[in-house]
Amino acid sequence: MSTFASSRETTEGRIYSVTGGDWDDVSRDIGTAKEERVVVNMGPQHPSTHGVLRLMLELEGETITELRCGIGYLHTGIEKNTEYRTWTQGVTFVTRMDYLSPIFNETAYCLAVEKLLGITNDLPERATVIRIMMMELNRISSHMVALGTGALELGAMAPMFFAFRERERVLDIFEMASGLRMNMAYVRPGGVAQDLPEDAITKIRELVRDLRKNFKDNETLLVGNSIWIKRTKDVGYLDLAGCITLGVTGPVLRATGMPWDLRKTQPYCGYENYNFDVITADTCDVYGRFLIRMQELEQSLRIIEQCCDKLETLNGAPVMVADKKIAWPAQLSLGGDGLGNSLEHIRQIMGTSMESLIHHFKIVTEGFRVPAGQVYTPVESPRGELGAHIVSDGGTRPYRMHFRTPSFSNLQATSAMCEGSLIADVVAAVASIDPVMGDVDR
Amino acid sequence: MSDVNKGMFGAAGTGDTSGYGGLVRVSSSPGSSERPYGSYFDEVADELERAFPDFNGAIEKVIVDRGELTLHVKRERLFDVAKTLRDKDSLRFEVCLGVSGVHYPEDKGRELHAVYPLLSMTHNRRIRLEVSAPDSDPHIPSLVEVWAGNNWHERETFDMFGIIFDGHPALTRILMPDDWPGHPQRKDYPLGGIPVEYIGATTPAPDERRSYR
Repeated sequence: MSTFASSRETTEGRIYSVTGGDWDDVSRDIGTAKEERVVVNMGPQHPSTHGVLRLMLELEGETITELRCGIGYLHTGIEKNTEYRTWTQGVTFVTRMDYLSPIFNETAYCLAVEKLLGITNDLPERATVIRIMMMELNRISSHMVALGTGALELGAMAPMFFAFRERERVLDIFEMASGLRMNMAYVRPGGVAQDLPEDAITKIRELVRDLRKNFKDNETLLVGNSIWIKRTKDVGYLDLAGCITLGVTGPVLRATGMPWDLRKTQPYCGYENYNFDVITADTCDVYGRFLIRMQELEQSLRIIEQCCDKLETLNGAPVMVADKKIAWPAQLSLGGDGLGNSLEHIRQIMGTSMESLIHHFKIVTEGFRVPAGQVYTPVESPRGELGAHIVSDGGTRPYRMHFRTPSFSNLQATSAMCEGSLIADVVAAVASIDPVMGDVDR
Repeated sequence: MSDVNKGMFGAAGTGDTSGYGGLVRVSSSPGSSERPYGSYFDEVADELERAFPDFNGAIEKVIVDRGELTLHVKRERLFDVAKTLRDKDSLRFEVCLGVSGVHYPEDKGRELHAVYPLLSMTHNRRIRLEVSAPDSDPHIPSLVEVWAGNNWHERETFDMFGIIFDGHPALTRILMPDDWPGHPQRKDYPLGGIPVEYIGATTPAPDERRSYR
């Protein structure tokens, strides 16, 4: 026996563990075995597994007989950590879970905190409209990664360039509004961290116009492309019954023809006041999910335009609840060196008002108390239902926070989608789920 | 359930010199609700009463709070209640959005809670099931047979809280390494971390810091 592969006898026959070496030798030795069952470990460092996802594949030739996912490589204990921070600090933790759609994490969390506080209806309209606009912008940037990396993993390189070009433009808007391109912690309990800069609406309208034009590049490249269709059509099949029993939501569910979108079915943040369509497909496959994401981009643009119209009528309106016992005391401002407390506020607390200083100190260090109880608030993230289950014991910190993340639930369907198919289709199926490992492992 | 907090600060043994050491604050979670529950909650309760003539034998209490319905189910009856909620035409909670564990060390005999948010796409409704188990006997029946998607969620709750879901096809750790000792999200498990020194001052680990209650 050569040195590259150790072998041992087990109840299931002789097992070779191959960890590299000359593949000619490997295949020659294994070729003498009676059975051709091969277990292949894919990841957690494999470039086509969307981050640190480990797939264990049992193969019969090139056909997958069994697939298991190994997760947990990106577990960072966010849920536990928030139990030791104030309610406001929690935002900076949850924003890091699904790092491709941070605004959704923040919004789900803040909606939960606001529901616990009982201030859902006190939120200023401008804050809610900004939230929706940011969420839809974020949906675009997230779908861009899903489409770009998905195509790249199947060997199409150009779509990724276009997708990331668009994504950068969206991130510029985030940077303009919050100072950060990702992990913005922009949505806060009671509203948003700060108002949009003056020229924001003009820039966003410009962006919408450009994106609408630029999206066509990827459309011409991929929609109806015969190679793309061969790689994606009838691949990663999961029908409605499978989605329901596995709790799969988002584009994967809508690709079965089920028009389930929480923005329509159980509206939050006032989505019922916007005109947009729920996109579905009836193919239950990777191609259908791809088409849904492509068409959702246009729907997001429509919502963003309506937000811009609303925001223009709400100029100068507050973006944080009026209740000073909850609202963050400082208005942040964007200086040349990044985001910080506004100088005006610093002048007031340090120079003129002792009470303001005390109030600032109390809210920032102590935070606010949230009445005891538990809530579950779902939002429709780009990947499906993102739900925040938050328990308060009446203190200044969450007693327990759990996120029901769409990536975690949807990733479970990988086995159902892939078993019986070819090994090359695993990559397409996983890409169509669009799992974000930070969201899976939290 | 109520919780009594003494003093001003969270970390014990740090010598509270603020003058607020004698402060006692009682906060209590919402208790049982009385009918009518409002919204569609009465219909759900009616249907369950029809399915379970000994309603109180299966469901310990019904809580309606902040527009959400929570049914506290006895763990022996959890499987039957879940199956009824899924299968009955008038209920049809066909999606379970996983399970979230909560550890209440003060709630003697019911320390470990499992919370199941349910969704009915047919009727566009949401409710929540809550089950409890004592620390000394942390067993709760698995619902993987009812909602296959609960598989990973139950593994996560086992991993994080040590709740053993009886009947789960392969209850192993999912996020932590297989040989990890303890269950990290229990309240008796420390957050961990080390003190950090920066320009002469030392900041203690987050769970050792003096923080407000």
